[in-house]
Amino acid sequence: MSTVSVRDVTVAFEAVQVFDGLSLDIQEGEFIVLLGPSGCGKSTLLNAIAGLLDVAEGQIWINGKNVTWEEPKDRGIAMVFQSYALYPRMNVRENMSFGLKMAKTPKPEIEKRVAKAAELLQITPLLDRRPDQLSGGQRQRVAIGRALVRDAAVFLFDEPLSNLDAKLRNELRVEIKRLHARLGKTTMVYVTHDQIEAMTLADRIVVMKEQKIQQIGTPDEIYHRPANLFVAGFVGSPQMNFVKGRLENTGEGLSFLAGDRRLSLSGYPFITAPSSGQDVVLGVRPEHLEISSTGIWPGFTVDIVEPMGADTVIWCSDTVGSVQVRTSGSRRATPGESMTLHVDPTQVSLFAAESGERL
Amino acid sequence: MSAAVPQGRRPRHLTIGRIGVYAFLVTAALFFMLPLWIMVVTSLKPMEEIRLGNILALPAAMTFEAWTKAWSSACTGLECNGISVGFWNSVRILIPSVILSIIAGAINGYALSFWRVKGANVMFGVLLLGAFIPYQVFLYPLVRIFSLTGIYNSLTCIVLVHVIFGLPTMTLLFRNYYAGLPIELFKAARIDGGGFWSIFFRVILPMSTPILVVATILQVTGIWNDFIFGLTFAGRENLPMTVQLNNIVNSTQGERAYNVDMAATMLAALVPLVVYFVSGRWFVRGIAAGAVKG
Repeated sequence: MSTVSVRDVTVAFEAVQVFDGLSLDIQEGEFIVLLGPSGCGKSTLLNAIAGLLDVAEGQIWINGKNVTWEEPKDRGIAMVFQSYALYPRMNVRENMSFGLKMAKTPKPEIEKRVAKAAELLQITPLLDRRPDQLSGGQRQRVAIGRALVRDAAVFLFDEPLSNLDAKLRNELRVEIKRLHARLGKTTMVYVTHDQIEAMTLADRIVVMKEQKIQQIGTPDEIYHRPANLFVAGFVGSPQMNFVKGRLENTGEGLSFLAGDRRLSLSGYPFITAPSSGQDVVLGVRPEHLEISSTGIWPGFTVDIVEPMGADTVIWCSDTVGSVQVRTSGSRRATPGESMTLHVDPTQVSLFAAESGERL
Repeated sequence: MSAAVPQGRRPRHLTIGRIGVYAFLVTAALFFMLPLWIMVVTSLKPMEEIRLGNILALPAAMTFEAWTKAWSSACTGLECNGISVGFWNSVRILIPSVILSIIAGAINGYALSFWRVKGANVMFGVLLLGAFIPYQVFLYPLVRIFSLTGIYNSLTCIVLVHVIFGLPTMTLLFRNYYAGLPIELFKAARIDGGGFWSIFFRVILPMSTPILVVATILQVTGIWNDFIFGLTFAGRENLPMTVQLNNIVNSTQGERAYNVDMAATMLAALVPLVVYFVSGRWFVRGIAAGAVKG
């Protein structure tokens, strides 16, 4: 059974239509990440699920109930915001119990739930502090705690880690993942523009661009089998290498051809039947390019070397253009050095040059 | 090894331009202080001294007689109870007017910036337009309406007028302040189950202290200094201090008691003066906050 179901939803701001018949089904206990650049509509979608935004057409179902016109509080959701949105004039305890007070929960029950959530998030010593006496990480913990006490079936996160520094972000990311595992059946919908967060947290990622869903899939699918050029380019750092070329029927089957670069595609799992002579874009992840003297693409010269500790990124180019190669951290190279690259045809992605769709 | 020595000439702190600026500032300050000075010294002089005509001179025989007279026994037309009557009238008008107009403005601003009511922008535009129409235009229609409803010439009437005419400014002030608060705070409160009133009283109002102070200053000075509404709507029993001051100053028989006039004027100006001195810092802050965001 799906906990959250977005059915053919259209949202309009004044005259501007934001979504046009968008649908999405989320399973119970699933961790869904909505990923996309700013302005892609991911936050709008989250707000529509939360009921903070009116839906023009379509329906939103949560836990088997049509909640399209329900108040946010009646949807069985909890939400965590980027700016924490803690009530500045209340201390941590009051912040966390505000929702329960509004719901007229009996006092002992409120205390019990707050204590439990505080312990889970290790914020018990902070309960009597005011938000302005907390650090950013502590504030976001409190905000998560406030969501937790609501005992909601669905958690909505709107870029919860974007205001934190890199170290804290990593810590809290792991904590959110742990929390999800611990809560078991709680569904989480998480909006971010950070692909690391998306890859590490998600059961499934929904990649969005310009108010449209580009691809829904597991992190593995998104990373290794991107549905189109946008997804391929947006996910992964350093970025996937794109080589413009042409398909050609040689003696032993279809091959990719771009200048001197040639790649036999006999092992490539085509989704749609390709035609010879078609213009295509070949996508190769930097880590799938191998430096090997027996490689199939010779004639590269090293331009720049970026040692990153765990791995090294080497920028090199030939007559066709430049590519990035990710190799082990111990590998050293000097600019000007020439090298030969190897490509595994089962690891590449092919896109139609015109539509950008995966072949 | 030689220590690092700054090169070139040390910049001079007192330049000719600086001196010019200070000279201008001091002159301007003196110029604006002059009326106050004249009022203070005149109010402390007996009439004989005033007749000599040295209006800038310090009083030779200082006396507070004029102040006492202005407060409790100066004549406003037929009655001779001083300006104290008007003072208490003004206080009675001021307190409910200030409180009610601020509450109305705060609720309006809150609804306009957070709840995004349909047609909110149009409503706000119309409200602002109201702020630009000269008051005089409204006087006659309002008098007719109030006398029809039977509340003309009463405390209720004058308070109502102040609340209505305070609405555009107060709404603008609160709307702009609330527009600067993060909308996520409101969203969080919605998810926590807050309704229109509970979000306002429990979340938004506790964050409004700075703008409440600014609104209070604006309304206290505005309503205290009002003349025309008080004269038109308050009725004989409730005439505010400004109207009584005018009566004192304009209804003299024989010699004009300059010292009493001055003292009465200063007494009438006392409340706004105190408000400015006590809260000037807040005032500037609030106006700036309202101006930048919006």
